[in-house]
Amino acid sequence: MGTTLAEKLWTSHLVRKGEDGAPDLIYIDLHMCHEVTSPQAFEGLRLAGRQVRRPDLTIATEDHNTPTLDIDLPIADETSRKQVNKLRENAAEFGIRIHSLGDADQGIVHVVGPQLGLTMPGMTVVCGDSHTSTHGAFGALAFGIGTSEVEHVLATQTLPLKPFKTMAINVNGTLPKGSTAKDIILAIIAKIGTGGGQGYVLEYRGDAIRALSMEARMTICNMSIEAGARAGIIAPDDTTFEYVKGRPHAPEGEDWDAAVEYWRTLTTDDDAVFDTEVDLNAADLEPFITWGTNPGQGLPLSANVPSPEDFAEEADREAAANALEYMGLTPGTPFRDIPIDTVFLGSCTNGRIEDLRAAAAIIQGREKAPHTRMLVVPGSARVRLQAEAEGLDKVFLDFGAEWRNAGCSMCLGMNPDQLKPQERSASTSNRNFEGRQGKGGRTHLVSPLVAAATAVRGTLSSPDDLVDAPAALV
Amino acid sequence: MEKFTTHTGVGVPLRRSNVDTDQIIPAVYLKRITRTGFEDALFAAWRGDADFILNKDEYKAGSVLVAGPDFGTGSSREHAVWALKDYGFKVVIASRFADIFRGNSGKQGLLAAVVSQENIELLWKLLEAEPGKEITVSLEDRTVTCGELTVPFEIDDYVRWRLMEGLDDIGLTLQHEDEITEFEKTRASWRPQTLPAKHLPSVHIEAARPVDA
Repeated sequence: MGTTLAEKLWTSHLVRKGEDGAPDLIYIDLHMCHEVTSPQAFEGLRLAGRQVRRPDLTIATEDHNTPTLDIDLPIADETSRKQVNKLRENAAEFGIRIHSLGDADQGIVHVVGPQLGLTMPGMTVVCGDSHTSTHGAFGALAFGIGTSEVEHVLATQTLPLKPFKTMAINVNGTLPKGSTAKDIILAIIAKIGTGGGQGYVLEYRGDAIRALSMEARMTICNMSIEAGARAGIIAPDDTTFEYVKGRPHAPEGEDWDAAVEYWRTLTTDDDAVFDTEVDLNAADLEPFITWGTNPGQGLPLSANVPSPEDFAEEADREAAANALEYMGLTPGTPFRDIPIDTVFLGSCTNGRIEDLRAAAAIIQGREKAPHTRMLVVPGSARVRLQAEAEGLDKVFLDFGAEWRNAGCSMCLGMNPDQLKPQERSASTSNRNFEGRQGKGGRTHLVSPLVAAATAVRGTLSSPDDLVDAPAALV
Repeated sequence: MEKFTTHTGVGVPLRRSNVDTDQIIPAVYLKRITRTGFEDALFAAWRGDADFILNKDEYKAGSVLVAGPDFGTGSSREHAVWALKDYGFKVVIASRFADIFRGNSGKQGLLAAVVSQENIELLWKLLEAEPGKEITVSLEDRTVTCGELTVPFEIDDYVRWRLMEGLDDIGLTLQHEDEITEFEKTRASWRPQTLPAKHLPSVHIEAARPVDA
């Protein structure tokens, strides 16, 4: 019997097979750090008198706490400033490469790694951040870890792990215009639930996945964790190789040839068997949004706010009732009638250049709804530079949006970009948990296209709702 | 890490599913650089509500949390485990845990015990009927006992052994340092290294300014 891609990656990183129920010891090719989940790990090393085993396989960026305005001034919030300074001190003390605020390679850790060519097929990638699953888009086994594990990787460059189960998510058919990778993954999470992926590596397969760009694949893998999965993965192909080629850390010459030859072996064998399979027809998809307080509480934008009675299970009814109360929504209201205060375009889910291009194409030549604020936050400083080179900053500014510096920004309430209590957002980020974007804030997760159309109309909208179909969709 | 064999303490029924790590500890509390002192941050948003279970006197001293399915979903923040521990919780019981949360618990000596939802319902009823009632959790026997009721729980054998012995993972792994070194010799030379650093030319990044300024 053949093996799955996830199993191949596991085997090729096996330092030691666990005996008598002990976990396997897995080698880690790339470890990324940021300021929030690393200080206690470095402190642990210091207390135990340990060194970082492989500083040359480790990289740090500042993203969660960093402001997206006035980045040349000291960080105003004292605790944020302390935490960022601590990362700088730790990087200096342990000899780790760091890209700090103001550096051209600063940005969200999951945008920076692929952009530098540090993320490649066939690797194991970890970071003290659940959205590390993003890097699975390259055919890498990539997953989030806790701070104790960060310390473990710093000290040993390995992790003790029990093998994951495997789930195939087969997405076939042609994605309709106006629907995106974000709609695919929101539909998958709504289908299998926030716990549906627990213990699994999800392998996204099928012609709809093959047709996606690398950045769209990253959007899908990014949100694997919202289905509870350990990781998401997509087998590498020519799209992947093209994306990696020529990046700063990409192999060159004979090394490139050797790498590609190896990468081409990174597929699931035809006769391999997954522990579970799920099918989705991309042709059936339409723009998807979330209405509740977990990413599994999603429906097509064309639907209405559900009622708790719509759910069969008592636990789901309770969860829906709680969510509707928190979100301030009345069952039966068409989603398209829900007014939005703030549109957030950014995050490790949808803060890459293609996302900015897609949104800019929708709003170009249009006016922003007067009472809706739009925040555009590139995922990295390089994404911002690229967008400016293409004139996208002008499009956003002319429209009335705010054009910010790179960082996690409004995806999570750790920096100055936050929702006020009861403020409602349409957000291209990944989590709609209570208070995630600021205490009392209400989040609807959407694609960049829906975000852009919503900023035009001021209520949840898709590009189809705009007068004069946007050029991008014709 | 302290050894864990059995624990007896006040059971707290938390009738909520999908308690995500943003609820356990909101992001604003993650800025601290210490490993302790997170007790005030636990369930911070909910603790403002007088009706929240931990605001009731009988449950305040709780050390065994009995929660709904999919506990600990979302972010990888280990602070969620630290906050539970710092508050005084020794055990969390649920029918399903998010993987990262369960992993983090095991590293920090917080017992994440998997009990069927059917038995969770029974525990909830007992704890609500008699607020402040104690629960005994035996890791040795893998059982949860509340009054007359004793139900089994599941836990990974290896995690159980480590918790009972109070062993530290890094120390265990470093016993195999030679094997790590051997493995490193087999890695292809084209595998990327972060050092020496390579990147496109450095450019000055303009700071965005507040719109109103």
